[in-house]
Amino acid sequence: MDLAYTEEEEDFRARLREWLAKVLPSLPPKPSPDDWPGRRAYDLGWQRTLYEAGYAGLHWPVDAGGRGATPTQHLIYLEETEKAGAPYVGANFVGLLHAGPTIASEGTPEQRARWLPPVLRGEEVWCQGFSEPDAGSDLAALRTRARRDGDDYVVSGSKIWTSHAEVADWCELLVRTDPAAPKHRGISWLAMPMDAPGITVRPLRTLAGSTEFAEVFLDEVRVPVANRVGAENDGWRVTMVTLSYERGTAFVGEVVACRRVLGELAREARGNGRWDDDALRRRLGRLNAEFRALWRLTQWNVSESQRTGGVPGVGGSVFKLRYSHARQELYDAAAEVLGPEALDLGREWTLDRLSSLSYTIAAGTSQIQSNIVAERILGLPKGR
Amino acid sequence: MDFQLDDDQRALKAGVRELLTARFGHEGLRAAVDNGPALDRTLWRELGEAGFFALRLPESDGGVGLGLPEAVLAFEEAGRVLLPGPLVATHLAAGTVDGAATGETVVAAVDGELVEWLAEADVVRGDAAGAEPLRSVDPLTPLHRVPASTEPDPAAVLRTSLLPSLFTAAEQLGTAARVCELAVQHARTREQFGQPIGAFQAVKHLCAQMLVRVEVARAAVYAAAVTADPLDVAAARLLADEAAVRGARDCLQVHGGMGFTWEADVHLYLKRAWVRTQRTGGATQSEDALADDLLAGTAQ
Repeated sequence: MDLAYTEEEEDFRARLREWLAKVLPSLPPKPSPDDWPGRRAYDLGWQRTLYEAGYAGLHWPVDAGGRGATPTQHLIYLEETEKAGAPYVGANFVGLLHAGPTIASEGTPEQRARWLPPVLRGEEVWCQGFSEPDAGSDLAALRTRARRDGDDYVVSGSKIWTSHAEVADWCELLVRTDPAAPKHRGISWLAMPMDAPGITVRPLRTLAGSTEFAEVFLDEVRVPVANRVGAENDGWRVTMVTLSYERGTAFVGEVVACRRVLGELAREARGNGRWDDDALRRRLGRLNAEFRALWRLTQWNVSESQRTGGVPGVGGSVFKLRYSHARQELYDAAAEVLGPEALDLGREWTLDRLSSLSYTIAAGTSQIQSNIVAERILGLPKGR
Repeated sequence: MDFQLDDDQRALKAGVRELLTARFGHEGLRAAVDNGPALDRTLWRELGEAGFFALRLPESDGGVGLGLPEAVLAFEEAGRVLLPGPLVATHLAAGTVDGAATGETVVAAVDGELVEWLAEADVVRGDAAGAEPLRSVDPLTPLHRVPASTEPDPAAVLRTSLLPSLFTAAEQLGTAARVCELAVQHARTREQFGQPIGAFQAVKHLCAQMLVRVEVARAAVYAAAVTADPLDVAAARLLADEAAVRGARDCLQVHGGMGFTWEADVHLYLKRAWVRTQRTGGATQSEDALADDLLAGTAQ
């Protein structure tokens, strides 16, 4: 057990801090959440800034144009950018963290040359077309059909929960290319240009009132066969390979942010007098314990993936189960601190409380994660 | 940065487990329950010979010369098997009280309202005046109650309770991990409606939550063992108390009717976990300290 960072890592942190302090004051003002073109421009601009400073694709392999940083350096990067209040990955999320790594790992040299540099340079935005109205937790049950026609696939179906669809250039799309095969074996991974004819994007309003997601309807959309990454019908494996790149860093920034919010909650409570309520104050103290522990667990998972060379762990499920719940608890506590103001949408925490409701659902519901933990870690039998 | 145990730490943990399983396995536990609350002095001396109490004493003083992380691993193993006796008090007395390090002397400590093993101890540290025995809920931990002293300074309590609280957290962690294993073993073998009950999601999810609590507590306890920071210890204690108590409750639930019997071991884990939550540095003190930390702005 050794919790110290190496001299090299501390050096990396110091240089990053110095750079952030220099570059952040000159950023343009943040666009309004409803201004999608503005958000695209802002997020791509930040990515361009990272690229020029040599921080783009930090965790990507060097031969894909990345920096080949270790999981620990990636953790430091995410920790420091969050603490400094740097922009979030935003519209670059799918390109940098999912489609890009997939192409880097499974793409041909031509595909890598075509798609990777624009992601790193902040020129193109990707979105994700995985979930469907009838394929959520059971993703492999997806039905969007791709039929071969000469050098093209002709794709029909619909996708849901697609973030940034309105402003994306490309969609990483899972389609069924062999309806007769067992469900995991008839799926292919395609890069679909979002300006192709036959694509309709319909924004989906969340309970927070914003349009974070969209439904994407596909009607005979032609996608070149050359845009398929990996072999035909091998798309499930291609996708899982990428997910196995998970280095335990997925929630680093968020845990740092939660700890900051907790401090702000305490100061708000002292300001409005609720700090004198023993039960509430102790509840905040317990949340401090919770997020301190979640930070340690994050460090543990990251150091583990560094030790094992990024081999997928189910430790991510353990973390996500606890973290998603803790984040909801944090905003419930925020509501108690705010009192009647918790019903005012003008308070940032009110919106954050609403957003936090998705945490136990998105990226694998808590029930699915519990099954994963029980079956793959504890070895309990599969059942119905 | 590495949370992995090094080779020596792994060997130490395995050695303690081997000793304790051989000397205090299921039969030992049940025999201790049947014999009533008398301390097994032979076992106590064997623990002393194995270095359990002298673990952190310098080698020049006849100790093993190891640090807090190693002591935490040893206490975790003690918590796994519900090893009885004033382990924390005796360990902390090693080097100060004659014979504590070797297991010749049994030491009890008064650091809260309840005192464990007062009548069995050779040496009592602290003021036990006016102590009255109570009928302890845990058949393996005799308890006395001492009159409450005046409210002490919270910051001072946090400082003096640092090591007792860390070792308590380590014991709770061991218990939490053990009850999770027991629940899983039972869920895999007990059949109802033609299948192991662990195939039912309702049971499966109870077990998954137990493991989540164990792993979160483990991260906190191991980190606190390395930093020895009072706030890290407070956080570790809260999470380990929760993992042990709620884990034992869920383990009892998974065992169904058998879980409610004297014969099954589950109640012994729950009762010990309850007893440990009352030790110094418990929930209220930890929560207060961690709340103050939020305003102090060191939380980042």
